[in-house]
Amino acid sequence: MSDPTGLPPLQLPPMRPRVIPVLLIKDGLLYKPQGFRAPRYVGDPRVAVKIFNDKGADELVLLDMSATPQRREPDYALIEEIVSESFMPIGYGGGIRSVEHAARLASLGVEKAIINTAAVESPALIEEVSALLGASSTVVCIDAKRNLLGNYKVFTQNGTRATGMDPLAIAKESVRRGAGEIIIQDMKREGSLAGYNLPLIKAVADAVDVPVVALGGAGRPEDFRMAVEAGAAAAAAGSMFVFQGTHRAVLITYPTQNVLDDVFRLG
Amino acid sequence: MITIIDYKMGNLGSILNMFRRLGIEAKLTDKHEDIAKADKLLLPGVGNFSRCAGNVAQMGLRSLLRDKVLKSGTPLLGICMGMQLLGNDSEEGPGEGLGLIAASSIKFRLQPGETGQKPPTVPHMGWNHVAAAKEHPVLTGLEMPRFYFVHSYWVDCASRQDVLLESSYGGCRFNAGIANGTVIGVQFHPEKSHRYGMQLLSNFAAWRP
Repeated sequence: MSDPTGLPPLQLPPMRPRVIPVLLIKDGLLYKPQGFRAPRYVGDPRVAVKIFNDKGADELVLLDMSATPQRREPDYALIEEIVSESFMPIGYGGGIRSVEHAARLASLGVEKAIINTAAVESPALIEEVSALLGASSTVVCIDAKRNLLGNYKVFTQNGTRATGMDPLAIAKESVRRGAGEIIIQDMKREGSLAGYNLPLIKAVADAVDVPVVALGGAGRPEDFRMAVEAGAAAAAAGSMFVFQGTHRAVLITYPTQNVLDDVFRLG
Repeated sequence: MITIIDYKMGNLGSILNMFRRLGIEAKLTDKHEDIAKADKLLLPGVGNFSRCAGNVAQMGLRSLLRDKVLKSGTPLLGICMGMQLLGNDSEEGPGEGLGLIAASSIKFRLQPGETGQKPPTVPHMGWNHVAAAKEHPVLTGLEMPRFYFVHSYWVDCASRQDVLLESSYGGCRFNAGIANGTVIGVQFHPEKSHRYGMQLLSNFAAWRP
């Protein structure tokens, strides 16, 4: 590896992949479904975000599950309240249907606009958001489920609408249009704590040359490393950070930096 | 009072949020008279170098900012694209930087790993460690800091004297911070870097060069 400075390598710890809590919001409150079903009440999103902020989380993703199904815009007041007290990058998804929505979110301090339904229904939005905010702030979240024939298909509208589209085709098309990051979620594994769908993550990571974020199924810190070994640039999780124990008692947690460094064997 | 220059390039909400949390007075402005009176300047910026440099030129800010720094000795902190604008130019596209530090922005050139894996993706996105290349009051109290980065280009200085912080990505050693006189630039986003960013911004606010 050539080093343009011609100086010896820096003595710095290696860069650790990002570990990202994902919080799901419905009607202004925090819920956590399992396999896109039976959302369980978790608490107040403001409180949860404050905890992740205090624990120094790498980044945070907020997804409003109710915005698109209710055909409404993002809840800007709630997002502003959350973002103004958070000092980490925040991605927001849910109800972003025009570039104006994305611009307004950015002005509040949201780092990344996350597009899900519109990526399939009106993909030109990806180009507009990318032109305005830059590719690295334009994220497409792909929810995929395996059908009886064993093929993965993309779902939109919070997992309620089958599009029949291939997730790899949507990932490539999204990147071609300017997405700088892809979140790939196996819907069946959501909330299962059973581990990520590693072959799906690998397939998407091999198909695109932008960072891929693994989502759906993380149950223990080792899963993060396995996702990265499969090709993900970052690992995201929901249930693991809001529930604890076999009875899934609500407890908002985030691993310490030392635990995360150990998991990725950087310590 | 920190005067944040609003030249219509990006997301300034987070910077204001962090100064508010720190209890440091900060205001956003695009007015020449405010900038001329400022005792401390912050140049933010995200996006494309040519667009940013174009806006700076179009709004008549280039000579104003150069005079503030070179004649009045006003401290100026450039963040992310604001740091790249402190140099002369960029490989990203045409446009004139402020020319306050002899430097050019160049793209990350990353190669595949030794075992043939894909090279790391560009942009360099995420939290990374930095090492100080020299002492500076804005680095007070920062021990083993980590900062949040998002960038595809980095600022290559003509003189090593101007390098403040260094980091490494995909085997490429790059400048994460630059400093010369009353000018400082950081490639990362202190406003999104938890307590490390707070420490750096409060050091900048307290700095009396």
